[in-house]
Amino acid sequence: MPECKCCSKVYFKMVKCVLLEQLQHFVNQLTHSVASAHLVRLYDRYQALDKDNKGYLCPQDFGAIKELAMNPICDRIIGAFFTSGQEILDFPSFVRILAHFRPVDKNRPKEPNSPDPINSRSNKLKFAFQLYDQDKDGKISRHELLQVLRSMLEKQVTEEQLESIADRTIQEADLDRDDAISFEEFRKSLDKVNIDHKMSIRFLR
Amino acid sequence: MPSSTYVAFVGAVFLLCSTLTGGQSEEPSQSQHHHIETNNTNALIVTVKWHHVETPYMVVLWILVAGLAKISVAQLNARLKSFFPESGLLILCGFVLGGIVWGADKAQTFKLTPRNFFYFLLPQIILDTGYFMPNKLFFSNLGAILVHAVVGTVWNAAAVGLSLWGCYIGGAMGDLQIGLLQFLLFGSLLAAVDPVAVIAVFEEVHVNEVLFIWVFGESLLNDGVTVVLYNVFDAFVSLGGPRINAAEIIKGIVSFFVVAFGGGLIGVIFAIIISLLTKYTGKVQIIEAGFIFVLGYLSYLTADMLSLSAILSVTFCGVCCQKYVNANMDEKSVTAVRYAMKVFANGSETMIFVFLGLSAIDSVIWVWNTGFILCTILFAVVYRFIGVFFLTGILNRYRLVPLETIDQVIMSYGGLRGAVAYGLATSLDETRIKEKNLMISTTLIMVYFTVVIQGLTLKPLVKWLKVKRVSSSDLKLIAKVNNRACEHVLAAMEDICGRIGDNWWTRGWKRFEDKYITWFLMKPEARKNRDYLFSIFHKLNLEDAVNYVTEGEKRGSLAFLRKGEGSSVDFEKKYGLEFSGVMPDITSELDFGIDNVPMTSIIRDSVPSVSLNIHEQDMKGMSEDINAHHLLQQNLYRSRKNHRHRYSRSDFTINQSENEVQEIFQRTMRSRLESFKSAKMGVTPAKKITKHPKKEPNQKMSDGKTDRSYHMDKDKGYPYGDEDFEFSEADSSYSGDGAAAGGSFPMRAPPYTVGAGGIDNPAFMPEMDTPPPPWTSEAETDSSVAPSQRAQRQLPWSPNNLRRLAPLRLSARSTDSFVMADIPLAPDSSEEASEETSRGDDTHM
Repeated sequence: MPECKCCSKVYFKMVKCVLLEQLQHFVNQLTHSVASAHLVRLYDRYQALDKDNKGYLCPQDFGAIKELAMNPICDRIIGAFFTSGQEILDFPSFVRILAHFRPVDKNRPKEPNSPDPINSRSNKLKFAFQLYDQDKDGKISRHELLQVLRSMLEKQVTEEQLESIADRTIQEADLDRDDAISFEEFRKSLDKVNIDHKMSIRFLR
Repeated sequence: MPSSTYVAFVGAVFLLCSTLTGGQSEEPSQSQHHHIETNNTNALIVTVKWHHVETPYMVVLWILVAGLAKISVAQLNARLKSFFPESGLLILCGFVLGGIVWGADKAQTFKLTPRNFFYFLLPQIILDTGYFMPNKLFFSNLGAILVHAVVGTVWNAAAVGLSLWGCYIGGAMGDLQIGLLQFLLFGSLLAAVDPVAVIAVFEEVHVNEVLFIWVFGESLLNDGVTVVLYNVFDAFVSLGGPRINAAEIIKGIVSFFVVAFGGGLIGVIFAIIISLLTKYTGKVQIIEAGFIFVLGYLSYLTADMLSLSAILSVTFCGVCCQKYVNANMDEKSVTAVRYAMKVFANGSETMIFVFLGLSAIDSVIWVWNTGFILCTILFAVVYRFIGVFFLTGILNRYRLVPLETIDQVIMSYGGLRGAVAYGLATSLDETRIKEKNLMISTTLIMVYFTVVIQGLTLKPLVKWLKVKRVSSSDLKLIAKVNNRACEHVLAAMEDICGRIGDNWWTRGWKRFEDKYITWFLMKPEARKNRDYLFSIFHKLNLEDAVNYVTEGEKRGSLAFLRKGEGSSVDFEKKYGLEFSGVMPDITSELDFGIDNVPMTSIIRDSVPSVSLNIHEQDMKGMSEDINAHHLLQQNLYRSRKNHRHRYSRSDFTINQSENEVQEIFQRTMRSRLESFKSAKMGVTPAKKITKHPKKEPNQKMSDGKTDRSYHMDKDKGYPYGDEDFEFSEADSSYSGDGAAAGGSFPMRAPPYTVGAGGIDNPAFMPEMDTPPPPWTSEAETDSSVAPSQRAQRQLPWSPNNLRRLAPLRLSARSTDSFVMADIPLAPDSSEEASEETSRGDDTHM
């Protein structure tokens, strides 16, 4: 049984959807990545998104968010929640995805044997990377990049311009001259960018 | 003549010691003044009306002196400058100058009066900072900045005022005629961190951008707050202690918000007006840059007139208009605004610091009270630290990335006071505040302490504490692309979480802006091509191109580029070739040349050797352009309307006049006739034209360029309407060109063509004005196909034949319109010329 009040609240809410023996494990795991106060909020949101009370989320639930539907790369973002072709998203996975966007807390004591926290720089970058890499071959090809650019850039930019932008972008990052960006190249080329800044949401702290 | 003017000269002469540059400009004026005295009694050949010009003269002279001071400071050796802030050095300069003035006049005749400061020196600095404000950074930190600017400033004012009053009650300062309200008034005028001083010092230090925007934004916005506080307390002081009741205090608080937000609102309104105006200045690009300054100043004055915060007004005016103005205006106007803004701002900043030093050398204002001064400095610094740490501590709870402790130290330490405080102190009312001079002198000391001492130690402190500096990361497209993606991702995550966060607001604003604001404020053509990522891409490409050119020029000519283009004009090679087909390529090439004026001016620097035009500066950067103009004028008449404005001061009207149409016709006819004749008659002996007084066959070549064109001319011998040239060139007396005519036939190469290395192209020949009619082209190809060289040699003689037929042309209207374009003339005359030509042609044809 979790000891703090918030966690127990989550606990009782979650009884509905998750098997009891799994629950203890999840809550312990989740409190590492997201503060428990946020967990309650996220759980409420989770249930609000789950309109039919089916106990899990499917891509259509995300598509129903009006604002999100206007996002130019929304299908990619929704796709990031549903890994490995599943159409089902339970609450722990939902939280785990969102945990990418927690700001890095420098004051938190580091446990020596714990793995890389989910909101670490490289995990954040990985999340960004897989948005581009739709065929999951570990590389952003020119075609994939072009697709992202096409959806993100405004209409006035012509196709030729898009292509030249894509070419240049790949050129900048491409170290082994294979005309594609691997994750390692991606990471290197964004070395100077403050990813902690760019991929963190304040209210998830 | 007042001795003070003399003093100004002495001041300048003093600066001469350290600067050699300004010296010459100073000499004539000095000798002129000697004139005054000697000439007084004599006949009035030269009258000196000193009093007519006194005020503007002194103003300009002081500007000059301040400029010289800046130069001399800049000339100091690097070691001194590395630890001494420039603003501090300028203040020291001001001390010296003040000493000189004092020594001459026995009184300080020059002071920084509040009127001059607030109306003539401050606005452009604030406008500059607003206009160059990194908008995104500013708005994303606006909350924190406002907290510091409002709460922090009020806290500082209150705490300093109350503590000083406490000390006064405690007896630390002896007997003074100051009450609590006066102390609070004094506290409020000292509370503000000064933008001028902060910019001057922090620009040299390069701290990280968040810290910079906090300090800088605070210093800008809290000026408004200080002025408001100052006004409120000033009103309270004049009301007198006992009559202040709750209603008055509430009024004061309300007025605080009205003044601050009203000022900001006025600024936004003026920003909208500026943006709208620049939307419609397409036809008068020359003056569109001026609107920014005029309306920016107007926003300052308007806010001041309505007793709202003028500083906030002009700040927001600059911040809000920059994006739309830059999109609407011509690229050149944007550059012009940028430079002019910097010139004004730097100039007045220099003036302010010099005068801050200068004002100190005055026995009237100095009232020394050790206790008061020491307490003021102590409290101002200590409460600044307390305020910053307390407020930042609260803000850090809500920030994604908290401000570090070291940054907080620097932020507190960087709380420099400056000219605004001094300006407010001098505008105190002496009748109500008995100790005005004490306050002025204390303010001055505070200013010197912060600017000189703190400014001096700030840099070592930043180094010692290892404050995060601004990282100079090079622009990368992939980073920008990823940033864009991250923005979308974050916004999406906020949607998924169902919370309204920063990204939600950012995105909402962007949508609103795209939908309504840009539609309202931007030109339709500026709305296109506005995608940020694309502009980054464009910028990167431009940089690469420049690098490529500089790199390539180290190794040699880049002419191969032209060769590589193949279809485009390879002027050198084209000589020997048949040229009837090059027309379309030439035009496209030249369009390119026009679009990239700044680029080409980097590449080549061929300038007319002599130029009398007032737009010479304009011409220099555009030699390529002129060539283009020349060529296009010969071939594509429509281009003329695009280029006329370079010769006109005011505007460029589309001149599709009858004259031009007629000229096209005449020219076409003439060229046809000529080529016809040349084809038919074949070689005709060269006919010397000896009318020209300057044409001596063996005249020395003055420079290599002319030489080259001469040879080329000789080789090919293309007389482009030489009969027309002679007269005009003789008039404008280009000796070098006379030389070019030294050959057997009177060829003249207009001076600008030589360096540009492309103009000798046959395409310029009148014969080529239009694609030759079938019968001539047939004749031409007949001769040019096999011995192309010979064929071309034959052509030149044809005009002489023509001339024989029509000898009148020589003496009469001389000018061909494109000659006029080459020799920089006043706008009207070039137009006249073309008209005349057409008329002249009329007579012959």
